[in-house]
Amino acid sequence: MAEITLKGLAHSYEKAPSGAADYAIRQMNHVWHQGGAYALLGPSGCGKSTLLNIISGLLEPSEGDVLFDGHRVNELPPEERNIAQVFQFPVIYDTMTVFDNLAFPLRNMNTPEYRVKPKVLEVADILELTPLLKRKAKNLTADEKQKVSMGRGLVRDDVTAILFDEPLTVIDPQLKWKLRRKLKEIHERFNITMIYVTHDQLEASTFADKIAVMYEGQVVQFGTPRELFERPAHTFVGYFIGSPGMNFMAVEHTDGQVMFGAQPLPVSEKLKIAVANARSSDVSAPNIKLGIRPEFISITNTPDSHSMPVQVISVQDLGTYSLLTFKLNEQTFKARLPEGHPPLKETAFARFDDAKVALYIDEYLVEAGHE
Amino acid sequence: MNNKVPNNRAWLLVLPMLILVAFSAVIPLMTVVNYSVQDVLGPNARFFTGTEWFESILNNDGLRAAFFRQISFSLIILAIQIPLGIGIALIMPKRGWQASAVLILITLPLLIPWNVVGSIWQIFTRGDIGLMGWSLRELGINYNITRNAVDAWATIILMDVWHWTPLVAMLCYSGLRSIPEAYYQAARIDRASKWAVFRYIQLPKLTNVLVIAVLLRFMHSFMIYAEPFVLTGGGPGSSTTFLSQSLATMAIGQQDLGPSAAFSLIYFLVILLVSWVFYTTIMNMQKDKSPQGGA
Repeated sequence: MAEITLKGLAHSYEKAPSGAADYAIRQMNHVWHQGGAYALLGPSGCGKSTLLNIISGLLEPSEGDVLFDGHRVNELPPEERNIAQVFQFPVIYDTMTVFDNLAFPLRNMNTPEYRVKPKVLEVADILELTPLLKRKAKNLTADEKQKVSMGRGLVRDDVTAILFDEPLTVIDPQLKWKLRRKLKEIHERFNITMIYVTHDQLEASTFADKIAVMYEGQVVQFGTPRELFERPAHTFVGYFIGSPGMNFMAVEHTDGQVMFGAQPLPVSEKLKIAVANARSSDVSAPNIKLGIRPEFISITNTPDSHSMPVQVISVQDLGTYSLLTFKLNEQTFKARLPEGHPPLKETAFARFDDAKVALYIDEYLVEAGHE
Repeated sequence: MNNKVPNNRAWLLVLPMLILVAFSAVIPLMTVVNYSVQDVLGPNARFFTGTEWFESILNNDGLRAAFFRQISFSLIILAIQIPLGIGIALIMPKRGWQASAVLILITLPLLIPWNVVGSIWQIFTRGDIGLMGWSLRELGINYNITRNAVDAWATIILMDVWHWTPLVAMLCYSGLRSIPEAYYQAARIDRASKWAVFRYIQLPKLTNVLVIAVLLRFMHSFMIYAEPFVLTGGGPGSSTTFLSQSLATMAIGQQDLGPSAAFSLIYFLVILLVSWVFYTTIMNMQKDKSPQGGA
C-alpha cells in the first residue's frame, strides 16, 4: 500500500538553476492517497510528465523529497518502487507474443511459471486480450498495444500505483472512451492508486475523482471536477477548465464603486468591500481581477437595475446551447445562451450572477462572492 | 462492369526505364553470357561450346578450394564483425563532443582505399620494420605471413575486421539512437535486466540495420580482392587465394575469356542466391506464425 507524498519538491533540468524560470517543477507539497483515481491536468510543458517521472523514479528530483508511506524514496530506482508506468506511445516488446509481453515483468522477478500463467490469463481477460495472446505483439493495433502496456503494469501483485502519461493520445476517439471506462473498472476492481496525466479536461474529469491542475511547474488547485468548475482557485484553472473558460476583468475600487475600466460593475456589497481591501503584491500596478464563467452571465434585450449594456459580436449555435461573444469596455467576453433564446439586438444587456463572481488577487482566488 | 478502354500504348512509358536497365545491367551481363558459351580464338574465329566452360569451372579443384576458402573467410569475418560492431555501438558515447569525436575516429578506416589498406598492413606486419611484425617477433612468436598460412589468414582477417567493423558499428549506432527513450524507461519499470533490454529491445530494433550490415559485409567480403592481393598475393602457396583473385588470374593473366565468363556468372549467381536466401529467411522470421485474426 502506498500513500505518495511530495515534500518541498522541485526539479530543474539545469545544473545550476538561477531563477524560477529554470525550474520544471517549483516548490510543491502534495499527497496522493492510497487507492485514489487522480488526474494531473495541465497544458503541454507545465511539468506534468516531469512530475510523473519523479514519482516513478525515472528522474531524481533536484530538491525536496518523495515519500512512499512516509519513507523517503528519492534515490530508489524505479525497479524498487512498486510502481508501474504507462507511456504516451505504447511500449511493447516486438518480438514477443502478447502472452510473453504480459509475463515479462513477472519473469523478470523470477516468478515460477505455474504462477505466471494464471496471472497473465486473468489480466488478459480483464483487458479483453485473451484472443490475441498467441499473436506477436508487433502486429497489434495501437489500442491493443496500449492495452498490453497497461497489462504489464497490472500483472504485478506488488504494484500499488500506476502512472499514466497521456496514454490515450494515439487511440481513436471511440476506443478512447472504451479504454477509459476499462481503466475506471480496473481501478474499482484492484485497490490501486492511479495518476493519470492529460491535457484534456474531459478525459481528466471522466477518469478521476480528484484532479490536480498544474500550471508553470506548480499544482495550482487540487479538487473534484465540480470544485474546479465552481471555485477555480487560480485564474489559470478558471481559464483552462470549462469550455469556454472563465471571463476575467481587471478591476479597481474608486469612489465606492468597482470599476472595470470606465464601466462600474454592479456587484454585491460584500465583493465591493473585498475589492476595496484587496492588496496586491505589486502596489504600482495592482493585480486584482474578477472572474465570471460564461454559464453565469444572463443576457436580455431590456435593461434592469443590475445589468450593463454590451455590444453583441456574434452568436454561435453549438446544438444544445449557443455561445455569445460580446464586448464590454473593449474586452471580449463569452456567455452561454440557453436553447431557444430570443434573437439579440446589437446592444444587449448583460447581468452577472452575483454569487458566482470570484475575486482574484495576484491570480489566486481570495473571496468568492457567495454566502 | 469494366468500361475501361484497353490502351496498350501506356507501356511506352516504361521504355526509358527499360533502356536504362538494359545499359546498366542487361547488356554488360549479356556480353559475359555471350563469352561463357563460346570459345573465342580471334575476331572471326569463334565456336559455340554450350555448357563446356561451366562444367570445367565446376570441376576445377583449384577453384573449388578457392570457393570454400572464400565461404570460410566470409563466415569468419561476419562472425567477428557483427557482434563486435554491435558491442562497439553499445558502448559508444551517446551525446556531447565525445560522441562526435568517437564517430570520426571510428569512421577513419572506412575512408582508406583498399590498396592502401593492403599496403599499410603489408608494412605493419613486416618483421624488420613493421610495428606488429617486429613486436611479435620480439615477443618470441614466430610470425611470418609469407611462410605461415595460419599467420597470413589471421592477418587478413584482422585487417578486414579493422577496416570494416566500423561500418557495422555505425549502422548499429544509428539504429540504437532511433530507439525512443520510453522503451528503456518501460524496461526499467518492468525490472528488465541489462541482458533482457538488449535481447528484447535493442536487438529487435536493430534487426533492420543488421540485415543491411550482414548483406553488405557478406557481398563485400565475398568479392574481396585488393587487400589480400597486396598483403599476401594469395600466398603462401594458394592458401589465401580467394575467388576474385582466381578470376583475375584467369581472365587477365591467362586470357581465358570463355572459362572466366562462365566463372563470373557462377560467382554472380552464388552471391545473388546467398543474399536472397538470407534476406527471405530473416524477413520470414519476423512474420507472425499463428493465423491472422487470432485463434
